[in-house]
Amino acid sequence: MTTVFKRPAALTDRQFSYCPGCSHGIVHRLIAEAIDELGIEGKAVGIAPVGCSVFAYEFFSCDMVQAAHGRAPAVATGIKRAVPGSIVFSYQGDGDLASIGMAETIHVASRGEKITVIFINNAIYGMTGGQMAPTTLPGQVTQTSPLGRDVEIAGYPIRICELLSTLDGVALAERVSVDTPRNIRTAKKAVKKAFEYQAEGLGYTIVEVVSTCPTNWGLSPVEALGWLNENLLPYYPPGVYRDVKAEGFANAAEASAARLAASSVADPTAGKDAEGGGCNG
Amino acid sequence: MTPDTPNTAGTPDTAGTPGTPNTAGAAGAAPDTAGEKVLMKGNEAIAEAAIRAGCRCFFGYPITPQTEVAAYMSKRMPKEGGTYLQAESEVAAINMVYGAASAGVRAMTSSSSPGVSLKSEGISYMAGSDLPGVIVNIQRGGPGLGGIQPSQADYWQATKAIGHGDFHMIVLAPSTVQEMADSVFDAFDLADKYRTPVMVLADGMLGQMMEPVVMPGRIAELPDKPWATNGHKGKRERTVANSLYLVPEELERRNVERFDRYNAIRATEQRVEQYLVEDAEIVLVAFGACARIARSAVGKAREKGIKAGLIRPVTLWPFPADAIDAAVRSATAFLTVEMNMGQMVEDVRLVVDGRRTVGFFGRTGGVIPTPAEVLDAIERMDRGMSGDDCSAEPEHMGGAR
Repeated sequence: MTTVFKRPAALTDRQFSYCPGCSHGIVHRLIAEAIDELGIEGKAVGIAPVGCSVFAYEFFSCDMVQAAHGRAPAVATGIKRAVPGSIVFSYQGDGDLASIGMAETIHVASRGEKITVIFINNAIYGMTGGQMAPTTLPGQVTQTSPLGRDVEIAGYPIRICELLSTLDGVALAERVSVDTPRNIRTAKKAVKKAFEYQAEGLGYTIVEVVSTCPTNWGLSPVEALGWLNENLLPYYPPGVYRDVKAEGFANAAEASAARLAASSVADPTAGKDAEGGGCNG
Repeated sequence: MTPDTPNTAGTPDTAGTPGTPNTAGAAGAAPDTAGEKVLMKGNEAIAEAAIRAGCRCFFGYPITPQTEVAAYMSKRMPKEGGTYLQAESEVAAINMVYGAASAGVRAMTSSSSPGVSLKSEGISYMAGSDLPGVIVNIQRGGPGLGGIQPSQADYWQATKAIGHGDFHMIVLAPSTVQEMADSVFDAFDLADKYRTPVMVLADGMLGQMMEPVVMPGRIAELPDKPWATNGHKGKRERTVANSLYLVPEELERRNVERFDRYNAIRATEQRVEQYLVEDAEIVLVAFGACARIARSAVGKAREKGIKAGLIRPVTLWPFPADAIDAAVRSATAFLTVEMNMGQMVEDVRLVVDGRRTVGFFGRTGGVIPTPAEVLDAIERMDRGMSGDDCSAEPEHMGGAR
């Protein structure tokens, strides 16, 4: 008998601790498959966040580091700088990445740190029991927005891929979903591409996965997929927000230079002595 | 800031602007000066010694009066093939240290008091994950934004509460530029040996002053770190750096194990310098830059016929309880001299345990006590003991009362 489907080697034997219908299990598997196919487990170091996926350090077969809430990009930076040949990925939820860790998120991207961030956006805090997240939709009911998120009080959700795609250090920013088999295949390709770009040293890579949290949304797994489709995907449209290779550049640095050259603002040093133009030089 | 102008304590929190490098001090004194006496700023001595101790990753953030550490590292690290990175915040910097340390590389960050508060979380995670690393605090006055003049007001923070949870951190307190270099070198070894964060607790005076220093030679061999999370390469079991234990008994077991290590540190790593303690009736206790002033006052007191001596804790944690305890036998009173409102005095009282009078003299807010003020405090204590001046207060703030 031939085995046609088996557990990826990059996953340990540990059983997942996630709720039925949660996207974490699928995304973990996609990461593990990508690690297997690229043969990079031996040089991979993963960063587990604070949140439901804190136990990621139990689930992946590569070396793992658990980071403080929001600090995964800084920890990843430390590891990558210490061991430049490693493949470093952080796995972060929306509260971790877009709220408490936003400074680290922006700066690691702007530095073009050669790491891969897997961003699980399910618009809610899971582990603490369903509080409002930075990506919670306007009007969405959570434990801490019981009447629905009022943007007058709580402000607006943050679209991370759109935001990060403006930064010059980014080589890949792609938003995917894992709600259908087709979308899962697309997500897998994105994760694999992110690891490949990192290995090639092109720049910072992020794959945002619009995800479900049936437990804290108060829906069944199937209903959760419907809610994601009708509400989350319109606000967070899947797509490629930055892909320097597809745009015809060798890496993020080249794309950044082209962006500057295409700037519509006149060169402030034009006509002046060339000496003073250090900033634009 | 213009070129050739040292970034002194009075300038804003900046490591210099592009095109106007901070040319202060002896950045050129590197790298082949082992055994040779060079003139260096305390902050630069720390940086150079760290490199010689095998530090390959430095993550910093500008703050007065420690900025020269980062400025020096930014020049030297690239030449060493190491990493200098200016982090987006002190919070990020300590977490970068956490990452680099977990990967098995000697890593360091430096800051000054308000910035060290921001590192609390990361230091706690390092302790919880048993990761080595060196944190330098060039103290300034506090609380809050405080001031930028020298202070020892972070003693409590460093020795009692550097972060949440059950843990300690080894704390070294240099008092000369030479010791700035030596202590940072030792700090890396202690950190690796005990798998713990180690702090070098100095102050703005030591950071900014220039003194002759003989740099330690380069470390020959670094310890093996089989626990490092640097990629298993298919050759070993996977490693995990983690401080989460949801089962209470498991977390308790981890903490008890860590405190067993702390007991070993307490038993073997207490360091102290003693000056004229043997026959001293009044034993001063002072650390860091303040100990130099206290030592000077002890000399003046001796000239006046007062038998004074000085115990200078070199390790603040572990606190050198053994030396204090030994002095209880011969001394009639203790006087701590600190640049704060009276912090280490509590540890001295814990050891003395009511057997002798323990007084305190200090200046705070960035005011540096003078030897004359300290001598005055010694004399008051002396008169109080002999009963010829009832006004002697066991605690006396110099300018603060």
